[in-house]
Amino acid sequence: MSRIRRPSLRVNTLLPMATFACFIAVWYLYATFNYDNPVQRRNALPYPHEIITDGFMPVTDKVNGLRPILGYMWPTVKVTILGLSIAITLGIALAVLMNLSRSVERALFPYAVVLQTVPILAITPLLTQLFGEELGVRLVVTVLIAIFPVITNTLFGLQSTDQMHHDLFTLSHVSRRTRLWRLELPSALPSLMTGIRIASGSAVIGSVVADFFFVKGEKGIGYYIRTRQQKSIERPEMFAGTITASIFGVLMFLLVGWVTTRAIRDWHDKD
Amino acid sequence: MPPIADEMSDSALRMTNISLTFADGTQALDNLNLNVQSGEFVTIVGPSGCGKSTLLRLASGLLAQTQGLCDVDRTSLGYVFQDPTLLPWRTVRRNVELNAELAGMDKPSRLKAANAAIELVNLTGNEDKYPKQLSGGMKMRCSLARSLVLQPNLFLFDEPFAALDEITREHLNDELLHLFQNQNFASLFITHSIQEAVFLSTRVLVMSARPGRIIAEHAIDFPYPRHPDIRYQSDFAEICGKISADLKVAHS
Repeated sequence: MSRIRRPSLRVNTLLPMATFACFIAVWYLYATFNYDNPVQRRNALPYPHEIITDGFMPVTDKVNGLRPILGYMWPTVKVTILGLSIAITLGIALAVLMNLSRSVERALFPYAVVLQTVPILAITPLLTQLFGEELGVRLVVTVLIAIFPVITNTLFGLQSTDQMHHDLFTLSHVSRRTRLWRLELPSALPSLMTGIRIASGSAVIGSVVADFFFVKGEKGIGYYIRTRQQKSIERPEMFAGTITASIFGVLMFLLVGWVTTRAIRDWHDKD
Repeated sequence: MPPIADEMSDSALRMTNISLTFADGTQALDNLNLNVQSGEFVTIVGPSGCGKSTLLRLASGLLAQTQGLCDVDRTSLGYVFQDPTLLPWRTVRRNVELNAELAGMDKPSRLKAANAAIELVNLTGNEDKYPKQLSGGMKMRCSLARSLVLQPNLFLFDEPFAALDEITREHLNDELLHLFQNQNFASLFITHSIQEAVFLSTRVLVMSARPGRIIAEHAIDFPYPRHPDIRYQSDFAEICGKISADLKVAHS
């Protein structure tokens, strides 16, 4: 009998809920003892229940509460999904090219690393000049942030293809294309999926950050958060917007995780 | 036994004066001569690192020799690796189909061939399983079936059963002999196990430590079909003893 047991559902849900309860408790304590004046406190760090009553409520009003937040969310969702799709397609294509030719890999990979390390926010004026201030530049920022994990994980997967499997294909005298489609890409699938999962979280950050800096075109949740930051009376709305954006990020991560796990769960060892 | 016709035309693999030196200067094989007639089951035993696997890689064309001639029909070659090398994302049936698929066989024919091969290795009923659901012995059977699909004239076996437990190994030895008798292929088999070599082969060759050469040859005269219990006969033990003595020389 196996001694290793999967943690029960109860432990899986109870433990994170306990962490959440602690977090909320610390929040209340800190907010209570750190501010003398209740108005000052609300405008700096509102209580969690105030975020719900003053930020998310009313639910259906056109100007205040949840409905405008969701309205601002929609453009961000679009940019995230579109940007992520571009990052996945382009990232896989680049990784395949780098895998086909050592020279291409040598020529491109350092810049993939640079992409990851360059502070995107610092080059926003340049990006604005190149791609305008509307959809284009938002997509560029999202893709720049999301593409690196796709490239590195796909390339790692392609290059980790089992040498004996390569020999097996060599014995059948296959073309480079057959080797790529029948052997290398399927072998790379598990790590490719990991790359996509990481990229899905990054893409959300990318599109929200882009909203902060590019104010023309369809305004997203980042714009909502930024404008609510500027008036302290709207602090609960700012928190509500931030929480909504985070929930979207978590949903993206879970959804992509679910899809990617399903794609390989039948045969992949780790489950 | 079929009458032995012209020696040249009946040869499944002929290696003449083969030498191989790697780029780093290591001499792996030195002036090696080897001939596998069709219908023969030839096994090579030798100390580890003596270049046995290298020899198979040369025969299959995965490696090129520095000197000498290798005469073999590479379009009709089955290679069974030490590891089952199944593609984890394919089911048993799709794995068995692989070689036929890569050779460009159409779907209905390769499906038929795959099903026949699966039956030959006693894997029927497991067609839709993935490799991770199979035991070590079943994986090796699947690997064997994959090579059988194209009905090659010559099989190269690179210690295929080395990682299996004793019982499974003996069982697969029996099945392999059964296939050898029914499918009429020639075999070049590599193993560490003298007992396995004697049980399977028509001829056992002993290879020296690096640089590898053939230093002894033993014809094994037990008639086929061979009963599993011949392993416990005294004449079986006697020939194992002779090969073991040659191996001791090979090590030095």
